[in-house]
Amino acid sequence: MAERSPATRRTLSALLIAVFAFLYIPIGVVVALSFNEGGLPTVWSGFSLKWYGSLAGNSQILNAALNTLVVAVVSTLIATLLGTLLAIGVEIRRRKGRALEALIFAPMIIPDIVLAIALLSFFSMLNFRLGLHTIILAHVVFNIAFVCAVVRARLKSFDWSIVEASADLGASSLTTFRRVTLPMIAPAVIAGALLAFTLSVDEFIIAFFTAGAGRASTTLPMQIYSMIRFGVTPEINALATLVIAVSVTALALSQRMNRTIAP
Amino acid sequence: MTSDHRILLDIDGATKRFGAVTAVDAFSLGIRENEFFALLGPSGCGKTTLLRMLAGFESPSEGRILLDGVDISRVPPNRRPVNLMFQSYALFPHMSVASNIAYGLEMEKLPRAEIDARVAAMMETTQLTELADRRPDQLSGGQRQRVALARALVKRPRLLLLDEPLGALDKKLRGAMQLELKRLQYKLGITFIMVTHDQEEALVMADRIAVLKDGHLLQCGTPNEIYEQPASRFVADFIGVTNFIPGKATGAGIMTAHGMAIAGKRPDSIAEGSPAWAAIRPERIMLSPPASTENRLTGTVRTRAYHGLDLQLHVDTPVSDTPIVVRITADAAERNPVATGDTVEIGWSTADTRIFDQLKN
Repeated sequence: MAERSPATRRTLSALLIAVFAFLYIPIGVVVALSFNEGGLPTVWSGFSLKWYGSLAGNSQILNAALNTLVVAVVSTLIATLLGTLLAIGVEIRRRKGRALEALIFAPMIIPDIVLAIALLSFFSMLNFRLGLHTIILAHVVFNIAFVCAVVRARLKSFDWSIVEASADLGASSLTTFRRVTLPMIAPAVIAGALLAFTLSVDEFIIAFFTAGAGRASTTLPMQIYSMIRFGVTPEINALATLVIAVSVTALALSQRMNRTIAP
Repeated sequence: MTSDHRILLDIDGATKRFGAVTAVDAFSLGIRENEFFALLGPSGCGKTTLLRMLAGFESPSEGRILLDGVDISRVPPNRRPVNLMFQSYALFPHMSVASNIAYGLEMEKLPRAEIDARVAAMMETTQLTELADRRPDQLSGGQRQRVALARALVKRPRLLLLDEPLGALDKKLRGAMQLELKRLQYKLGITFIMVTHDQEEALVMADRIAVLKDGHLLQCGTPNEIYEQPASRFVADFIGVTNFIPGKATGAGIMTAHGMAIAGKRPDSIAEGSPAWAAIRPERIMLSPPASTENRLTGTVRTRAYHGLDLQLHVDTPVSDTPIVVRITADAAERNPVATGDTVEIGWSTADTRIFDQLKN
């Protein structure tokens, strides 16, 4: 690459900083204001953890947090199992020259709102009662695609003769999966699961459409949305900060897992 | 070659089709107990497909494969007393050397003590004892190859299949491993079938060689038979170096386009007057041959290349568009120095001339 002049380099650095500032200052403000003593969203009046305390005493929020956890954990478990099996199946077929790639990626690409409407129509067509279980099913739908994508990325560089070697040495398919395939792709499976968990925790639109009426199936993002209609309170900032903390942690872990398996 | 000539593996008309492509075509061959056998051919000749059928990863579209007289064509790989050493070695990257070797025995559900004893003995045989706790990515290419070999051999298979076993090694190491493989095969008394595209490797290592092309068996025999009596032009060309002089078959050899007769024994299968090749190995050609030599040519030395033990000359002659390759020993070259551009007389005897049909390969 040609050597850039100092002026160009300075301009490019400034641009980079500006982009990152645009992305992260709003998030930073939310996090900062969650520690604000006073109740006004724009005036800093001292450091305090009292909004976190008031969160802990809010039964509606605690209930929503529990719902979110249930949805995220259950949908992650199901999606990880199905997504991993799907990835293996698709890779084996792809090597034999038949694939259905586009169909698998669809839930990742289709706008959430479309998926939300489609799932709602589907559930009501089947006369499904809406509730937490329908949110879980809906989250499984798009999470399968993400888990599958992460695991497939690993399988692309997978030496399938290792699986054949296991069979050659006398192992059944099940033993081969348990002792060879799964240990080798485990980091990708865990990375996919953490990604699915993150996506599920802060998913709003699809959950909103498939939750049905009533408090019983309100998730955290839905709870925040209903609270925000009465204005941004420091309590919401505190809640948002917690959600960010969970998401960032899961995402960082996921990336870390994925890096350990780089072949 | 061992004295035991019992047939261990009987490939009976095995055919494998992938869609419209026939990879292996009605292939029949008997492989003897304790034999070191090589399947030799260029890439795409079907040798790997054949090997995968023997291992159980492909099943024949037609025909049978009998091991000890039992049809194993449909037996899955994990139930065959046959093991394959993969070209990529396919070691388990998350297991130590010792665990890799023990894996196959664990699948047989043997007692732990027996597994440990056999693994230890096999690591001793293959000089891996000191590497027992290493993982495959901490090993060199040659060490990985030995682990792959040990992992397959520890199961004491009736038949060990080796897919291009030395393909991933550098040239020097390959020479050492050729001898090492032969030593192990002799010591353990296991029948080896090796797939290779390297004719030199096949000649050095195998007791018998099958030459394959386009899914067909062209010729099967000892290295000496294959080298000295190739059945077709393809075999003569593929194994070692051969000079081919075009012409028409006559009663006593061929007649070149320039009206020069080359004496050689014509097989009855080639009709007089049909296009044919006279084939001569470079080392059979003499420089300044004695007067009694039947076939003589005069030519110009185009290139001269020193190979240590011998000297290789490319001689332009009127009988062929391609120069004739002549290999003379360094001693002979010293007695009779030749330089590029020299006019030389070359010659060879009738017995060293083979005649092949031009219409068949």
